[in-house]
Amino acid sequence: MLQVRDLRTNMLKPASLSLSAGECIAVRGPSGAGKTLLLRAIADLDPNEGLVTLNGRDRSTIEGPEWRRLVGYLPAEPGWWANTVGEHFGEWTEALALVRHLGFPEETKAWPITRLSTGERLRLALIRALMVRPKVLLLDEPTAALDAASVAAVESLIATRIGAGLAVLWVTHDADQAKRVAHRLLMVEAGQVREEVSEWPAISP
Amino acid sequence: MASYIALNYWELAAASVFVFMNAGLSVIFSLRVHRSLLVAAIRMVVQLALVGLVLTTLFSVVSPVWTGLAALGMVLFAGREATQRQERRLSGWWSYGLGTGCMMMASVLVTVFALLTAVRPNPWYDPRYAIPLLGMILGNCMTGIALGLDTLTTSLVSRRASVEAQLMLGATRRDAAAPVMREALRSALMPTINSMAVTGVVSLPGMMTGQILGGVPPAEAVKYQILVMFLIAGGTGLGAVTAVLGGVYRLTDGRHRLRLDRLTAPKAS
Repeated sequence: MLQVRDLRTNMLKPASLSLSAGECIAVRGPSGAGKTLLLRAIADLDPNEGLVTLNGRDRSTIEGPEWRRLVGYLPAEPGWWANTVGEHFGEWTEALALVRHLGFPEETKAWPITRLSTGERLRLALIRALMVRPKVLLLDEPTAALDAASVAAVESLIATRIGAGLAVLWVTHDADQAKRVAHRLLMVEAGQVREEVSEWPAISP
Repeated sequence: MASYIALNYWELAAASVFVFMNAGLSVIFSLRVHRSLLVAAIRMVVQLALVGLVLTTLFSVVSPVWTGLAALGMVLFAGREATQRQERRLSGWWSYGLGTGCMMMASVLVTVFALLTAVRPNPWYDPRYAIPLLGMILGNCMTGIALGLDTLTTSLVSRRASVEAQLMLGATRRDAAAPVMREALRSALMPTINSMAVTGVVSLPGMMTGQILGGVPPAEAVKYQILVMFLIAGGTGLGAVTAVLGGVYRLTDGRHRLRLDRLTAPKAS
């Protein structure tokens, strides 16, 4: 579904990968190795070169905004542009099911952004990204600041979406989480991306 | 006409006592500004003396070429000044080119408009009218553009996450940058709006005061001042809008990305 060939930026060495519908690849590697840069390059947020296609369509033939609706990206520190939670969602009622699933009450809509904890921000930003209904979702440590119950809720929510055909690239520092959620593993070290096959038995999604 | 009181050099020298008094205070309280104060005072005297000479020559020849060259020199100098006032600048020629280009377009357009429709000297480019009008409009335009571009770049840097969050959800660069753009335009226009609001109550504008000291009846001086305020507001608005739009255009790209890599590194503070 998502094909990446020789994707490179001035910090990232040429990277290639392919991601099928309903597949999740975990991305691991030391801090500062370029994991975030890889996701940003795929989302086309930084200048980059290389060939990226989605279902055979070349990214360069798709306008930037449309591309990012197809290939969503959730950064480790999501940004907010308005004062309250609700203003960041087009239709709050449509988001309600997901909002409740991740443990928020309906009144969350009126909460000021400044009052949210890091974990709450991450979960709400995940809902916001899912509402766009992307085909591919790029997650940058989406459970880094969450308690065990919230981690389980987020993992099960994304697993449901993967089951429905969403393709996911999931950056995590947690080896156990990588094994739980992903079918394959990519390692990023010093700007170099390579697939780790040794410790992962080949499981087709 | 010449119902003004001419000053001689001894009277000016006497008034400079206050500058020396300030320098003395700086020494007493170790403010360490006496040096820059004196340098600034000397610069001011030399620059104004030169301007006096230049204007005397310009007014006597009334040549479209020399008037145009003087105007060009003023615009280029204002462009440099506006560029230097910015904390984070656009890289390369954009930094100087964008501010100066917008300033030239806006101030020349507004000045020529005023010369052709309101003041109507003969010939229309008579430097006695063109140069002071351009100077007043340019000075305010420069402040507006410098403030607008400075707010634009610093806010885009500080609010990068919020702008990119919108881009990530499929917003266009125009929509994503709109809040920052509005903020930049507001700060560009605020000084003009504030000065219009308090003119005549809190402050008597320099030009009007000058005309009154020069013997013009207050009612006539007021009319000129109103004209100049309109021109300043128009020129500043036009210049700031084009400069900020140009800045947004340069700091984003056709793939709707935020391109902060097109800014120079922050000044070491």
